[in-house]
Amino acid sequence: MEIKRRDFLKVATAGSLMLAANVHPSIAREPKDRIKDAVGMLYDSTVCVGCKACVSACKQYNETPTSSSSTDELWDNPLDNDSKTYNIIKLYKEGTGAVKDREKDGHAYVKRQCMHCVDPACVSACPVSALKKSPKDGVVSYDKNACIGCRYCQVACPYNIPKFEFEKAFPVIRKCQLCSHRLEKGEIPACCQFCPTGACIFGKVVDLLAEAKKRLAYKPGELRKYPVERLVGNQVTERVVTPYVQNVYGEKEGGGTQVLYLTGVPSEKLGLPALEETSDAKRSETIQHTIYKGMIAPILFLGGLVYVVHKNTKDHK
Amino acid sequence: MSEESKPIGGEFLTTPFKVLAGFTLFAAVLVLIRYVMGIGAVSNLSDGYPWGIWIAYDVVAGTAIACGGYSMAILVYVLNKGEYHPLIRPALLASVFGYTLAAISIFIDIGRYWQGYNMFLPWYANVNSVMLEVAVCIALYVMVLWIEFAPVFFEGVQKYKSSLPAILTRWDVSGLQKIWSKFLFFFIAVGILLPTMHQSSLGSLMLIAGKKLSPLWQTGFLPLLFLISAIMMGYAIVIFESLFSAVGLKRPKETPMLGKLAGIMPWLIGVYLVVRVLDLIVRGALGHAFAFNVQSLMFWIENALFVYPLVLLMSPENRMKARPLFLSALSILLAGLVYRFNAFLVGFDPGNGWHYFPSFGEIMITMGIISFEILAYLYIVKKFPVLPKAEHA
Repeated sequence: MEIKRRDFLKVATAGSLMLAANVHPSIAREPKDRIKDAVGMLYDSTVCVGCKACVSACKQYNETPTSSSSTDELWDNPLDNDSKTYNIIKLYKEGTGAVKDREKDGHAYVKRQCMHCVDPACVSACPVSALKKSPKDGVVSYDKNACIGCRYCQVACPYNIPKFEFEKAFPVIRKCQLCSHRLEKGEIPACCQFCPTGACIFGKVVDLLAEAKKRLAYKPGELRKYPVERLVGNQVTERVVTPYVQNVYGEKEGGGTQVLYLTGVPSEKLGLPALEETSDAKRSETIQHTIYKGMIAPILFLGGLVYVVHKNTKDHK
Repeated sequence: MSEESKPIGGEFLTTPFKVLAGFTLFAAVLVLIRYVMGIGAVSNLSDGYPWGIWIAYDVVAGTAIACGGYSMAILVYVLNKGEYHPLIRPALLASVFGYTLAAISIFIDIGRYWQGYNMFLPWYANVNSVMLEVAVCIALYVMVLWIEFAPVFFEGVQKYKSSLPAILTRWDVSGLQKIWSKFLFFFIAVGILLPTMHQSSLGSLMLIAGKKLSPLWQTGFLPLLFLISAIMMGYAIVIFESLFSAVGLKRPKETPMLGKLAGIMPWLIGVYLVVRVLDLIVRGALGHAFAFNVQSLMFWIENALFVYPLVLLMSPENRMKARPLFLSALSILLAGLVYRFNAFLVGFDPGNGWHYFPSFGEIMITMGIISFEILAYLYIVKKFPVLPKAEHA
């Protein structure tokens, strides 16, 4: 009836293999590179005037219902992204709020929608591949026919973007899909097309990143040309450059995003989380894949278990 | 094997049974409302806190509490400690109901439940998803548990015919019993592998929450800590259940055997706490424990609940007394429970002013699930040979 040393060791070896893998994630998953032809948006908070044309255009072209935060429900005035609002303009205000794009006694606008991450946590998390990143243009899209409604994407997303219809008997997840239905027709996302100031422009991510870096080098007070609607197009507007925070948010944050931000106040003040350069998807998958690589450790462990249990149940008889 | 256990008999329509049935029925009504009017109609779940107590308690803590069958199987079938065999069946029974109810409650929680089977369709499966691994493992383990428990049913319908409803005793199961005895060892082995996988992965679930989970809980050691604490909780529930049913069902206490079993605990808790504390120190996260907020308070409660049974059970005299045994088992269960609540809810902050406290409806549905578990457990131990025979005590 005592533990047979050799049998115990056999199981323990396989078991500790699993645990060792658990403790020392040695097979690190490679960080994801940007897709060459990825498309996205550049939102320049210093250019935005907070007119919310993008918010109503988004609702119109995605056919989402109004969302009221007032009791009389007379206005379409959501306070944040929700299952009816894929895109929103929010206000930062400090002290008197007098000067635009100033941290102290100032105010600033921020546009929030899906960031179309380079290495999306939601895509890594979704058990049934309902959230997918297109290998062509990098758009993160949702398939309700796959979704089981577990809401793990919501837990995973560092930007709290996927929204769920808690009020419905047959709910779906809702989020910005970069107007993929418009992209198919050669059009650009509605929010970019209807932005009158050029605060939000559409383009290839590599080009948008170059544009963003170019703007960071502008001197405040200069008169500069800013493209409107799309980066490569006919429309431009001229404006006097105001100071930028010297960082392109989304270039590196959370492993990178396809929506890039330029801001006049620190991005954290605008509610954009300070994320490390390593994506959470990479961390999670590295640990998970180390344990379950080719199912080798579990199979070895099971082999050991079957052998020992078989022997020991015979002993008991 | 078969001489060890016996149905305890007695009336099952007792007052506690009726109260439990009342809770279960009330929960059933709330579940109906949830299916007609949506999850929001009965819960406080939100886009910021998409998971609440249905996940943190019913699934994550519930399956850990139901690890008795797993922990005892490691002891009896891997470490070959045959003397604990009488404790296997009651542990297994609690595991059967704990896991089955957890699996059912997943279908209350997931929004698009009618597509739940997509998890098992290879063209939908995402092998990068921790959730997929957890879901598939739990589903398989529920089946394995019923297979492992089937011999009790076979024995019951043959030996205790008279006290069972006729529909259960109509068929001759002796053939099945023979087949089972040939292959059971394989399912016992699978029944040890699967919880090792999903109890650790339940911890891995939160890795991807990144910075939304406080540094007090966000660590690469989540899977290891979840696994060790689940095994601990498995032994704790066996001790707790045995002593509780000794008092509740007026049966002799099995203290000597439980005391020996409890000897494992200080080792497990010790290893757990060493990993836990070293990890906090190495990551430089210990400072958060002194933030004097709800999270730091819950952190101290969680770890005090681990330290208390460690201190109690280090003394061999205490391990031979029912009271300290009971208190330490209870404390370990609460420790594991609070750890899981902390890692999934208290330590989770999506920012943006979101907050969560379970609604009356959520709590009552969870209560209903627990009630049904206990109710079914009571029925089975009265009718089937599960609990050890009195002489063994």
